[in-house]
Amino acid sequence: MRLTRLQKALWVAAGLAIVAFGVLVTIMNRAPEPAAQASFRPTFSLPDAEGRLRTAAEFEGKHLLVFFGFTNCPDVCPTTLSEVGQVMDDLGDEAEEVQPLFISIDPERDRELGLAEYTNAFHPAILGLAGDQAQTRAAADSFHIYYEREDTADASGEYSMSHSPALYLVGPEGDWLRQFTYGTPASDIVSDLQSRL
Amino acid sequence: MNRLLAATLLSLVSSPVLACDAVQLGTIEVEQAWSRASIGTSRPGVVYLTIRNAGTEDDALVSIDTPISGMPMLHETVVTDGIASMPHAMEVPVPADATVALEPGGYHGMLMDLTQVLKEGESFPVTLTFRNAGEVTVPVSVQGVGATDAGCSENNG
Ligand SMILES: [Cu+2]
Repeated sequence: MRLTRLQKALWVAAGLAIVAFGVLVTIMNRAPEPAAQASFRPTFSLPDAEGRLRTAAEFEGKHLLVFFGFTNCPDVCPTTLSEVGQVMDDLGDEAEEVQPLFISIDPERDRELGLAEYTNAFHPAILGLAGDQAQTRAAADSFHIYYEREDTADASGEYSMSHSPALYLVGPEGDWLRQFTYGTPASDIVSDLQSRL
Repeated sequence: MNRLLAATLLSLVSSPVLACDAVQLGTIEVEQAWSRASIGTSRPGVVYLTIRNAGTEDDALVSIDTPISGMPMLHETVVTDGIASMPHAMEVPVPADATVALEPGGYHGMLMDLTQVLKEGESFPVTLTFRNAGEVTVPVSVQGVGATDAGCSENNG
């Protein structure tokens, strides 16, 4: 089959369009939300309530159930943390293989208000971590999550935080496994964990 | 005057079951008003409740007041593109012949500057102001720190 110059040009153009489309799709898929199939290892190095530095490496061999929140949050955070507590209770003996983490995105205020008494109120197994601004941002970035301070419009000096409210599951080798979106029932999280433990 | 009434009511209310009963204001019915126990007073508290408008006219909850908070506000938790934030809500629409819930992850009464510790099993009054129906004070039952609902049984609600 002999192609004219025009036909050749059209074929090349079509080929380029397909490649361009593929690139575009790839770029668009690279949203801040972690893609389900993407494998990455979140890391953190943050002090606990006693000031001891805790890192991702020390939890190797365990599943991590990670929530980023702030203790001044009366709605979303208690709901999710009580669910985490429920999950830990329902796992029974297998709970030993799961470490729930509460990573503060408002660390200064949370340390002042009391980090441990807050996490303990929901479940004694939950480990609260609160670093400085740089450590916190680094941890959030490595989980590919977002948070930001929201000042109120009035002069009260009150502020809140907007944040990704999901729970993140990290595997025993330190790789990111999945997220549970806000409002996922504890029973669904328990059965997902049981299938992995 | 309201504060005084509320304070009196506060001392009378001891059973959390009361919060499961509906409080009537014209065609508006408020029930299942609950909150969570607080750890101290330095973090904001919360109020959830269910409003039923049995009437034929739209109404709206425009403000809340309670002696246990120095700055009670209406808020709405919104999750946009996977990010949760909690903007101030000017009002909570209560359309005719509809039921609207202030519930976890949605509208809530935000109780800043708590004046007292909220203890599980106790109650406190909240006064709701509706644009058309006016004011009503309801008892709010304090549930556990990790509660996710009012703790009323289905037949009760
Ligand atoms: Cu709020």
